Amino acid sequence: MTTNHDRPGSAGGTDEPGHLHGGPDEDYTPHQLAAMDRTELDRLGARYDGVEVLHVEPAAPAGSALDKKNTRQVTRWFGLGALFALAFVVVYAGSGWFLPSWKWSVGSSVWSSLYTPLLGLLFGLSMIAVGIGLVLYVKKLLPHETAVQDKHDGSHFDRVTTGATLMSGLDNSGLPRRKMLAGTLGLLGAAFGAMLIAPLGGFLKNPNTGNPLGTTPWADGVRLLRDDGTPIRPGDQEAGSLATVFPAVEGGDRAADAALMLIRLRPEQLENLRSPAGQEDFGYGDYVAYSKICTHAGCPVSLYEQETSRILCPCHQSQFDVTDGAKPIFGPATRSLPQLPITVDDEGYFVARSDFNAPVGPSFWNIGRLG
Amino acid sequence: MATNTVPGPGAPSSLAGKAAFEVDDRLIVAGPVRRTLNKVFPDHWSFLLGEIALYSFIVLLLSGTYLTFFFDASMREVVYEGSYAPLRGVSMSAAYDSTLNMVFDVRGALMIRQMHHWAALLFVASICVHLLRIFFTGAFRRPRETNWFIGIGLLVLALLEGFAGYTLPDDLLSGTGLRIFSAVFLSIPVVGTWVYFTVFGGDFPGELIIGRLYILHVLIIPAILLALIALHLLILVKQKHTQFPGAGRTEHNVVGNRLFPTFAGKATALLFIVFGLCAALGGLVQINPIWLFGPYNPAQVSAGSQPDWYIGFIDGGARLMPPWEIDLWGYHIPPVLWGALGIPGLMFGALAFYPIIERKLTGDTASHHLLQRPRDVPVRTSLGAMALTAYIVLWISGGNDLIADKFDISLNAMTWFGRIGFLVLPPIAYWATYRLCLGLEQHDREVLEHGIETGVIRRLPSGEFIEVHQPLGPVDAHGHGQLAYGGASVPKKMNQVGGARRAVRGFFKPIEAPADVQRQAELEARGLEAEQASRELTRSGRPSEGGRPQDPRD
Repeated sequence: MTTNHDRPGSAGGTDEPGHLHGGPDEDYTPHQLAAMDRTELDRLGARYDGVEVLHVEPAAPAGSALDKKNTRQVTRWFGLGALFALAFVVVYAGSGWFLPSWKWSVGSSVWSSLYTPLLGLLFGLSMIAVGIGLVLYVKKLLPHETAVQDKHDGSHFDRVTTGATLMSGLDNSGLPRRKMLAGTLGLLGAAFGAMLIAPLGGFLKNPNTGNPLGTTPWADGVRLLRDDGTPIRPGDQEAGSLATVFPAVEGGDRAADAALMLIRLRPEQLENLRSPAGQEDFGYGDYVAYSKICTHAGCPVSLYEQETSRILCPCHQSQFDVTDGAKPIFGPATRSLPQLPITVDDEGYFVARSDFNAPVGPSFWNIGRLG
Repeated sequence: MATNTVPGPGAPSSLAGKAAFEVDDRLIVAGPVRRTLNKVFPDHWSFLLGEIALYSFIVLLLSGTYLTFFFDASMREVVYEGSYAPLRGVSMSAAYDSTLNMVFDVRGALMIRQMHHWAALLFVASICVHLLRIFFTGAFRRPRETNWFIGIGLLVLALLEGFAGYTLPDDLLSGTGLRIFSAVFLSIPVVGTWVYFTVFGGDFPGELIIGRLYILHVLIIPAILLALIALHLLILVKQKHTQFPGAGRTEHNVVGNRLFPTFAGKATALLFIVFGLCAALGGLVQINPIWLFGPYNPAQVSAGSQPDWYIGFIDGGARLMPPWEIDLWGYHIPPVLWGALGIPGLMFGALAFYPIIERKLTGDTASHHLLQRPRDVPVRTSLGAMALTAYIVLWISGGNDLIADKFDISLNAMTWFGRIGFLVLPPIAYWATYRLCLGLEQHDREVLEHGIETGVIRRLPSGEFIEVHQPLGPVDAHGHGQLAYGGASVPKKMNQVGGARRAVRGFFKPIEAPADVQRQAELEARGLEAEQASRELTRSGRPSEGGRPQDPRD
């Protein structure tokens, strides 16, 4: 050996363990341990961990017919796992090479629509086979051991001594005595915390600037457009039908609050039409226009049953009566769908006369007090 | 000691042994490793439910990491030019576009994506079933309230994580869900509009929300989940497992298998099976086919829209809520607040504080490590059944339009069923469960006192017919059993106390001769008798079987 072993801590020097050293190494010398067999050592270590092995039901003796049978069985499952894994790699990599392409599109080959299921099946079977193999390994090839381990409650000794260490540290710091210092530390903590949180202010946006919740792109003279961008004349739509239309402004077809239902009423619906006070002239002829955004949770109310004049929201089944100012008649919605006053412009196309008569979409705290 | 490397008695001779000594010289890990390997785990199937959650989380981490390499969390508007013909030329967000590209142009990514989704469903489901097991067996009692609390936190985070995850592709279905979510923010009293604008960075949908949900979904929530799971397990290891009462099991021990190799083998097997199941589902069972839904458009929706199963009860609550809007001098509290925030808030709040509530009501402040059978705590079991019934009514109502459609029932009738059922069915469930618990308890006591019904009818000299009962233990002068009920399952059939041979094995046809089975049983019975004297704990030697003689091992 060429290393200098004089210093404490290096092996082979004059290092002697201090008097605080202890533990099982003092109970058992290397000689004693060397005299024990593996099982004894295992049980000895377990005892130091509070574990006692109560009973061992041995596995089938090595070389016996049962042992051979069990081994074959376990091997078979692991083998299957390997086989499926290999098959996965072959299908994954081979597709488009020596197997047909995996690329799927409408009307493509059967193989490409089988590709993903096949991958999942092979991957899954491989892993499940390994899992089954392991279960059988534990059940059939390992001895069944029953062990018991002690459960300790907290140690009173530990609590008292730890408490003493902590409290003497606190005493030494003198914080309970130095009131001014402790108070300043408290202030520091609060101020520091506030400083760390403050940048979250960047997230804040004022929902009341410019009244975004009370206004939509609709305004006087804005044309009603179909989703393909064409304007609509009163004669274009059949009686009893509904069309979803958008305002003729930039991005109007993507705006979250602009979608409008233009409904042409049937004559018998027109007879029963009741308009809420102040909305009598909002329609145009046999046409009425309501916001498509549900006043409950903001889904587009899409399902129009013209026999009953009801519009149903598919999200939470609020139902609105189009012959009664789109008043909610069933479900959780509480407010009528806002109505858009419409007319036709000089060229005979539908236009809005103003914005909606009420805020569009779900209710909120200050909906009744928007500026 | 620093003399480990000095040759002497017990010094390792093999290469592996020498290497192990070298490692331990540097890291001093032999002690902790031995303690870990020796740790005893109780052996009961219901203790594996939490493990399923852990393993599906591992699947989620692995598959999710894969997906991030192909996903672009941006709401920038692009026009689709990929290989899925029906959507070519449609304008959509980059998030939806990149998801389509992943599905149709990345080899095998569809399987990984679907595996991720299935694993998420399994993750939440296994957490819920695990929670029910903990609840009904009283495993949350002192000293495990902390871990119960962490568990509820994990469940809530798992729901948020799932919601954020399935919203990312920005398809029509998830976009509709996000819009409902935005309405829930808006409904919060006083600060609702501020919260809404803060979350979306302006009016819905804005251009930020997918990016924000993405960082929540792939970094912030998983990091918290991971930390909480680590803490959950650490506390579990520290406190050790609970166990069902049984022969040899006390409040001060754990009876079962050591970690190595038995428990480790079984746990690894379960990991593989969970992983394999997710992969098989991911390949074979289509889930969330976003290319069929189309990109999100605020003006469109498809009928029968459903969230993932774990959000269903919130949707159900929103559907059932009557149209009661509170108007305070022009300030509104909309009904969606109660259905979508109030009910989950109440549910998770009650769950989180249940251990404290029960401790206050029962005055039981002792530490418990032995589990209770649900029948032995009728009030708790009935409360659980009541809560579960309310949850199921909400959950069914979350899909009431589909039920109405498939079974041709009026939609409004389904809503009324839900409204009335939510109020009426839970008390009925409470009452029925309570009676059931008492009945089961009574039957246990009856068997302990009078013995098991043998089915043997005997005619007495007086002409009276009686059924012969097999006592489970010593009897007094009147023939009444002396055994006290110990909280463990009581055998009710002669087969459970060795009254019959085990069944001849074979699924489609017998694969062993009945005579062999009998001979084997006799041999084992003799072996058992011989061993009986040396055994302290149980007659079967496998206390984990609850003291029941087990089937002979094959």
